Amino acid sequence: MWDSLQILAAAPIFNVQLWLNGLSVGAVFALVAYGLALVWGVTGVKNLAQGDLVMLGGYLGLEAARHGVHPIVAIVPVAALMFLLGWALYVLMIRRVIQLDLFTSLLATFGLAITLQQALNLAFGPDVRTLKSGFGRLELFDGTIDITWIRVIAFGLCIVVAGAMVLFLRKSRLGQAIRATAQDPRAARVLGVDTDLVYALTFAINAAVCGAAGVIVGMIWVLQPFYGIAYSVRAFVIVTAAGLGNLPAVILAALGLGVAEQYSGFVLGAQFQQATVVGLLLVILVWRQALLRRQRLALQ
Amino acid sequence: MTPALIEVRNVRKAFGGVVANRDVSLDVERGRITGLIGPNGSGKTTLFSSIVGQHPIDSGSIRFEGREISRLDVQRIARLGLLRTFQQTRIFSKMDCVQNLLVSLPHRETAWSHMFRRYPPEVIEKAERLLEFVGLYAKRRLVAGSLSFGQQKLLEFAMALMNEPKVLLLDEPTAGINPTLVNALIERLKRSNREFGITLFVIEHNMRVIMNLASRIYCMSRGELLASGSPAEIRDDRRVIDAYLGAQ
Amino acid sequence: MSRRSALLHLALAAAGIAAPFVFPAHTVQFAVFWVFVLFALTWDIMGGHMGYNSLGNILFFGLGMYICALVQIGLVYDIAEYTAANGAVHIDFTDAQYFHGLALGVAAAALGPVLVAAALSWIVFGLRGPYFAIGTLGVAIAAAELTNAWDYVGGGQGIAMPVFPGGPGMRERFFYAACMAAAVACYLFLRWLYGTRFRLAINAIRDDEDKAEALGLHTGRYKMVAWSISAFFLGIAGALFGNMTGFIEPLETAYPTLTFGIFMVAMTLLGGKGMLWGPVVGAAVFYTLRELTWTYLLGWQYIALGVLIIVNVVYFQQGILGWLRARRPQWFA
Repeated sequence: MWDSLQILAAAPIFNVQLWLNGLSVGAVFALVAYGLALVWGVTGVKNLAQGDLVMLGGYLGLEAARHGVHPIVAIVPVAALMFLLGWALYVLMIRRVIQLDLFTSLLATFGLAITLQQALNLAFGPDVRTLKSGFGRLELFDGTIDITWIRVIAFGLCIVVAGAMVLFLRKSRLGQAIRATAQDPRAARVLGVDTDLVYALTFAINAAVCGAAGVIVGMIWVLQPFYGIAYSVRAFVIVTAAGLGNLPAVILAALGLGVAEQYSGFVLGAQFQQATVVGLLLVILVWRQALLRRQRLALQ
Repeated sequence: MTPALIEVRNVRKAFGGVVANRDVSLDVERGRITGLIGPNGSGKTTLFSSIVGQHPIDSGSIRFEGREISRLDVQRIARLGLLRTFQQTRIFSKMDCVQNLLVSLPHRETAWSHMFRRYPPEVIEKAERLLEFVGLYAKRRLVAGSLSFGQQKLLEFAMALMNEPKVLLLDEPTAGINPTLVNALIERLKRSNREFGITLFVIEHNMRVIMNLASRIYCMSRGELLASGSPAEIRDDRRVIDAYLGAQ
Repeated sequence: MSRRSALLHLALAAAGIAAPFVFPAHTVQFAVFWVFVLFALTWDIMGGHMGYNSLGNILFFGLGMYICALVQIGLVYDIAEYTAANGAVHIDFTDAQYFHGLALGVAAAALGPVLVAAALSWIVFGLRGPYFAIGTLGVAIAAAELTNAWDYVGGGQGIAMPVFPGGPGMRERFFYAACMAAAVACYLFLRWLYGTRFRLAINAIRDDEDKAEALGLHTGRYKMVAWSISAFFLGIAGALFGNMTGFIEPLETAYPTLTFGIFMVAMTLLGGKGMLWGPVVGAAVFYTLRELTWTYLLGWQYIALGVLIIVNVVYFQQGILGWLRARRPQWFA
């Protein structure tokens, strides 16, 4: 651990490397977390299968690549397919979960997570897979820093996807209906908003965003049937820290988490990476709780 | 003169930028029925919540039997014998009426072993007597969630009596109750005060009820104390009339 | 206890005692069944009766397992040396040493998790609803990851447990008896506990915690005790399970958050939460389904499990006994 810290002190340029890697991963986290926050805020459902939707998207991208479609192009059909799947999931289970208590949604989506993981495992096997994007490496500072081009592109793609989602929510009528429902579903219903449609749409959009994120993950990182839970946990960490409906805070928390993970992986060792994320979650929960306790309230 | 049971002094409580209570001072005399009136949004329920410790107050002091309680939490204050009922009635909806009363037994014992005792027959008898007192004896084995709103209100009142408080803060006890039953309820409130010796502090919108019930009345408006006095004094107070007319 | 109920209890106890003699080849599976009963019964204390849905109770199972192993080994050998050798060191325990170590280990495995539960309750009980579920899940995952990275206790390599002395079949029968005894003890304890004030108090916390506080209930105390009771029996279950398996490691055996940790919840919901017999029935049905899918649907078993959970919580919330109670209330009078 001290060795790694000394390296960072002696060669500050390594910090840049960690930051670049962290930001590119963090951008993906931001997409996944924003989708989680959207569904959570609008429907009240806490989707523990978030990361597994990401993995599913990645594997669909893999399937597209097998048919000669370039991954970046594949993002569009994968997102469309995931949109339909999200809609189907809403009709089959999420719709019923919304009316039940909050823990039910957590558990039901957990069941969904297990089902998706195992289905992917059966279909594609447990091996780690990647999506070949075919871009080269980008060398900076005379080769002391090198980053794959695809990471830079992926960062841009995340901005495009997030931007499209924000524009849709702000400008379109459906987007306004979604935001109205998030604030007060009863009032929205009274004003003629079909909240059932809004819920379905929200869940479907989230699935589409997760699918897009999955293809990006496949290009800059790896796919594995059981890695989904890691993304779910990260999304929860980010949303718990940033709160619902606060997009800048979600992005900041996501990028921060990406960078923090790179540092912990480098300084403490890769085996502590997962523990760091979970540890952060606990610290945030304790901290938010302590703030509320001063007002004699509980975090709920 | 003995000090009042509850002494509220210069209490201030704000939520964000909205000041719900500003410099409120009042006394609740032991053994009496004290009323608190005021238009909607004048800060009555906030004051109740402050007294029972639901939220910390920004400044001021709240004393109960001469002891400062504004820094204690809800459970501690309840164990001192200071209890409230809620405007939106709160009962344990999945338990039956008797169980609701049993769980409301005073929790003043500090021994941990107390948690694992059974309920002695005389306690169950007492629960049934109290249910009879509020007129719910026939429904004693029904799940509380299946009762009507008015009945739930009576159940909550019985739960409060079971807790043997020294003072009971009632938040609109007659709201939502069938008008034909209001007189019976007033009678029960008075009896609980007279026979069980419970001091009452009552928020009430129904003027007829509060004039009939309380020996001293405070009137709040826009977070501040506007007037206080006997029912007759309050009835004739120009400021009180203005506050109500102005607000409506 | 009514005559019929007494007969039922006796019949079940007899079946439990007879099982390993009638089907000796399945003794270990039957023992696992009793561990499942413990899982469901302990989860229901908080999840069913108190309304606090923990996804991290498996923490105590793993803690018990590791504490017991360390006590058993540490009594006669240097732990760091033993774990560093990766199973190459074989300790010959005398019978007395083995059973002393096991008894002490199980005792420590029961008490250690209780202390941890009491300490953690200061942190997690400020969380409610979904935050509590996520927070407890986080604690369990953190424990798994930290154990995995901690070389002193063997890290990801795990620990080979001391070998049970005695002839073939003895080991299985011994741990079967121990698991059954623990499950029955837990059942009897809860049967008594749910007859005291404790039950109404934790039910009140489930229905409306703020109101319970407003009545002066020592809510913090009840929550802490409820969790500690879960921890106590889960610690014992972990200690026995570890010894029965013979080899323990953090992610799959000790802290299987995504399998055993979720089974607890699934079994309780399946049987009907908040009723003494709900978890037992749930464990029995779930266990049977699990054995069937593992035998006939191998490869698909976890998909079946996921679908079972979804169908259970989305379409069949009340559970088997809850459904029966709605249909035949006279059976539950």
